[in-house]
Amino acid sequence: MKHARVVYEGKAHHAVERDGRLLLDNGRLVSEDAVTWLPPLPPTPRPRTILALGLNYADHAKELEFKAPEEPLVFIKGEGTLTGHRQQTRRPADVQFMHYECELTVVVGKTAKKVKRDDAYDFIAGYTIANDYAIRDYLENWYRPNLRVKNRDGCTPLGPWLVDAANVANPMALALQTTVNGQLTQSGNTRDMIFNVPFLIEYFSSFMTLQPGDLILTGTPDGVVDCRPGDVVVTSIEGLGELINTIE
Amino acid sequence: MSFMPSGTVYGTLLNFRAEVEALAPQMKQPPYKAPPQAPVLYVKPANTWSASGASIPVPARVPEVEVGASIAMVMGEAGAVAGYVLVNDLSIPHASFFRPPVKFKCLDGFLGLGERLVPASEAGNPSGFSLQVRINGELKQTVDFSHLVRDTARLLADVGAFMTLRPDDVLMLGCDAGRPLAKVGDRMDITAPGFGVLSNTLVAEAS
Repeated sequence: MKHARVVYEGKAHHAVERDGRLLLDNGRLVSEDAVTWLPPLPPTPRPRTILALGLNYADHAKELEFKAPEEPLVFIKGEGTLTGHRQQTRRPADVQFMHYECELTVVVGKTAKKVKRDDAYDFIAGYTIANDYAIRDYLENWYRPNLRVKNRDGCTPLGPWLVDAANVANPMALALQTTVNGQLTQSGNTRDMIFNVPFLIEYFSSFMTLQPGDLILTGTPDGVVDCRPGDVVVTSIEGLGELINTIE
Repeated sequence: MSFMPSGTVYGTLLNFRAEVEALAPQMKQPPYKAPPQAPVLYVKPANTWSASGASIPVPARVPEVEVGASIAMVMGEAGAVAGYVLVNDLSIPHASFFRPPVKFKCLDGFLGLGERLVPASEAGNPSGFSLQVRINGELKQTVDFSHLVRDTARLLADVGAFMTLRPDDVLMLGCDAGRPLAKVGDRMDITAPGFGVLSNTLVAEAS
């Protein structure tokens, strides 16, 4: 099943996809453009942990002139950077290079502590798409990528759907792509991750306990390009849908 | 009832002058190549939060942890500071600040949180804050918050230039140089006038 969280007539609802429309938790069936989309995540009792990978595709590491990392390059984001499907993300006026990053995102389903990779899929609720925008002008070599690059308000669109893990047969073989104004600019496959999803669950849960609702953004492949105000950026992953964002 | 955050907890690197001076000779060398311009922040996620009085587990592979005693701002509405709280930002010692410190700083329990949220109205000027760190009762460090690189107003302004701190988010003022080390069995007490005591004991992680 594909789950969403949306605001309709001023109220937040859980919704599921039904024949190209949204079935709200109050029984109403509404069109996808009649709502404001939120990140497709149920609320959590404590702030969710948002882990994100850098340089997790060999071609992207090469593109950015880095050798492939020997262990995961990880940073953490705050919840304030998340925004929903069909929202706008701001490009500051003075910057030269702001690019999208289409990323398979894991939503943790069960408390995970010292999980072995062979068991990792038991701890996953589902998957969604993140567009982990970066503004390279602000990169500094201190805790890189620094939060000024990666934790800006509304700079991490997420959605549209949380797709149940049961509906994703093999998350390690999903085509992903990005278009800018309809033109294909990024194309890859999750099979090319350096550290795959079961590895990442084992790695993180070896030193930190993951809770339901925590996120792992698994990095992006080759093909990032500068985006300008007005550009419509569509990040999509096979079976998960299309996440639309407009640069303002 | 001990204070527990309900927002995101951010730490601040290099916000004490002595910390910056100690690293200054390396700042223009690789991998840093230049001193930091914007505030350098990191996140201490919810799995790290420990109430005062709690035992904090240390994995067998970690011989010593670094005690990062600080005071944090707890945000209120519209960017105002609601109050302040003592924190013990534990780390596995690490020499490089090039990559984010997740595996060094985000172990379960690795952020002690003071019991008392001191309201901004009674806390006075944060540049007058000072705290003391004791390990097993022995004074190991005194931190004077008049030695900040960015005072609270400047830090809030410079962070606010690139991200919004939301109500209940927490932002640490930084940890001074000379951070004490502690090991399994040690009791860490952090005190500051008006804040009470933040006390945690390190224990061996259950295997």
